[in-house]
Amino acid sequence: MPDPRSAASSGVGAEPSPAPRPAAEPLLRVENVVKRFPISRGIIFKRQIGQVHAVEGVSLEVPRGETLGLVGETGCGKSTLARCITRLYPLTSGRVVLDGTDISTLSRRQLRRHRRQMQMIFQDPYGSLNPRRRVGSIIGDPLAIHHVADGAGRKRQVQELMEVVGLNPEHYNRFPSEFSGGQRQRIGVARALALRPSLIVCDEPVSALDVSVQAQIINLLEDLQGEFGLTYLFIAHDLAVVEHVSDRVAVMYLGKIVEMAAVRDLFSSPRHPYTVALLSASMIADPDRARSTHRVVLAGDVPSPINPPSGCLFHTRCPKAQPICSVEAPALTVQAGDLAGHVTACHFPVAPGEQMRGAEAEVRQAAADFAAAPLGEAVEGAG
Amino acid sequence: MSLTPLETGLPPLEEASEVAELVSARAIEGRSPLWLALARLRTDRMAFLAAGAIILMALLAIFAPLISAATGHDPLNPNLLTGTNSFGQPLGPGQGGYILGTDNVGRDILVRIAYGARISLLVGVLSTVIASVAGTIIGVIAGYYGGWIDAVLARLMDTVLSFPYVLLAIVLASVYGPSLSLTIGVIAFFSWAAIGRIVRGQTLSLREKEYVEAARSLGAGNLRIMFVEILPNLVAPVIVLGTLLVPTAIVFEATLDYLGVGVGPPTPTWGNMLADAQGSGFQDWWFWIFPSLTLLITTLGFNLLGDSVRDALDPRTERIFAMRRKSGRGGADGADQEAEERLLGQAEPG
Repeated sequence: MPDPRSAASSGVGAEPSPAPRPAAEPLLRVENVVKRFPISRGIIFKRQIGQVHAVEGVSLEVPRGETLGLVGETGCGKSTLARCITRLYPLTSGRVVLDGTDISTLSRRQLRRHRRQMQMIFQDPYGSLNPRRRVGSIIGDPLAIHHVADGAGRKRQVQELMEVVGLNPEHYNRFPSEFSGGQRQRIGVARALALRPSLIVCDEPVSALDVSVQAQIINLLEDLQGEFGLTYLFIAHDLAVVEHVSDRVAVMYLGKIVEMAAVRDLFSSPRHPYTVALLSASMIADPDRARSTHRVVLAGDVPSPINPPSGCLFHTRCPKAQPICSVEAPALTVQAGDLAGHVTACHFPVAPGEQMRGAEAEVRQAAADFAAAPLGEAVEGAG
Repeated sequence: MSLTPLETGLPPLEEASEVAELVSARAIEGRSPLWLALARLRTDRMAFLAAGAIILMALLAIFAPLISAATGHDPLNPNLLTGTNSFGQPLGPGQGGYILGTDNVGRDILVRIAYGARISLLVGVLSTVIASVAGTIIGVIAGYYGGWIDAVLARLMDTVLSFPYVLLAIVLASVYGPSLSLTIGVIAFFSWAAIGRIVRGQTLSLREKEYVEAARSLGAGNLRIMFVEILPNLVAPVIVLGTLLVPTAIVFEATLDYLGVGVGPPTPTWGNMLADAQGSGFQDWWFWIFPSLTLLITTLGFNLLGDSVRDALDPRTERIFAMRRKSGRGGADGADQEAEERLLGQAEPG
């Protein structure tokens, strides 16, 4: 059997790969990235009345060939960070270094060359494919934009790509509407793969799919990683998915990374109270284990990113919060007793084996009171 | 499992060429949205009727010189000897070999209507094409770039739409003299903004789509995004608007000609035939009734065709088409019909 990678690079006409960097240099280095969206009011005389703090000083590194999982609940800035890294949004401040080049300040024209190294897979397999264009031309887009191949050559490459991602190459001339959600996501994967990038930013690539199809796409992504030596930044809010695909995991809350560690380390000994709550909220397929686990319920809602809390962003909901938490923002550091790569931003990290008390006691008490009291009293009490 | 090519790596070369052969042998062609719309249009009787009327007018226009030659009647030269009766009055329909009668200088009304159809259709279609292209380009640019470019272009469209166009046409015609190109220019100038405005609105929503973001992340430039990603999504609305703009342009042209600021005499147009008929009263009814009728049939034809095209392009009307297919009134062949009904099974009640 021919080596799949050499066959792929000769067959699909990939560029000669760039000169290898020193091993210490990660493929992607994100330094202190800040993204704020201005909120303005007024039609003619616009004045800024505030800003959304979407990403607040995120730093992370993704070594070549690895997968960094990025988790956090809806609205925590995961997708904004992805779009900052791929320069779909300009940064407010900070640097994005891709393969040794700072791409955060490049002009559109200069950026074009670097885009070949970095592709993106989108969340919505329906919205990310133009309904009026044939699948073949959609997948061939990157080849056309970067003048890699034309005419029959492009068609051949596209059909090979379709086969690589498990699509029927005969469907070259079909429209996206003629495919299922999973097949459409395969189209998105083929498009991202066309230029043989080194980094693929996956923005919740499976959260819009059926569970059975999710597994297929995840397996496909893993296979492709092995085959083409890809590096992934994998964004998701499904912890099981992240646990499965990632080498390292970063947890985001309100635009900041609160904890980052190797996947096994993070899932076995989470230190940040938010991580603990997040992990306890994920569903466990094993009923015996599920019964024995302790569920941490957080009180309240995520604060508004327009007006984030002072000090530690999590202190408004943290069951372990102390006065210092609302004053001083904790730095992302290695906590006592942790492995080298395990960093947590918390003044009072959760000790291994510690049972964290969430708000569930109060919630349960309130529910019990409500159930026990006669209807009128309960309503009065509520009022 | 469908992942087999992954497990084996890419196929070796011979196999790849086999695949290519297989593909070319039975490449599967997707049904484009326009193809589907056309298939639905075929089941629409009103569309057939409207298209028939338009084709009739087009034939009349194309064969105008033949009609002239066959009857031996010139569209331009007055013919007082055989075209009027012994009192110098115009002949009624059917008299003296004039099917639709003559006007008061003895010219054959049928021949003049046929020549008039040339002007009407030419002006109607050409000015619509110019207006559609200009409106689409300006609308896409305004909607895509936004900001001050949009502010300037949107205000420009509002200005054009609120202009007293008949007044401007009269002023231009009196300055440059009435002519065909001026007429087309004036009509196109006053029509593009209507299309531009709608295209701008559509573009505003299209540019926020995720596939536009995807194209941008691939490194596509603004021009490519506008023409490759956004434009194909505008084809349907522009076709509908264009079809509905043609009758407006034809009436516009007739109005200008009626006022004497259009193409102008001696060229026969439906508008100046109506102007000539003014004052003839009810006695010589064929002066005005035939040009009016052709004008009515043509504009009605384009309007009804436009409505049918809009229905055919609008997925929300699928239910109507599905019911029509079910009742067997369709022109689609059996296999097609069956397949489509299977596809639409859920959409149909019961």
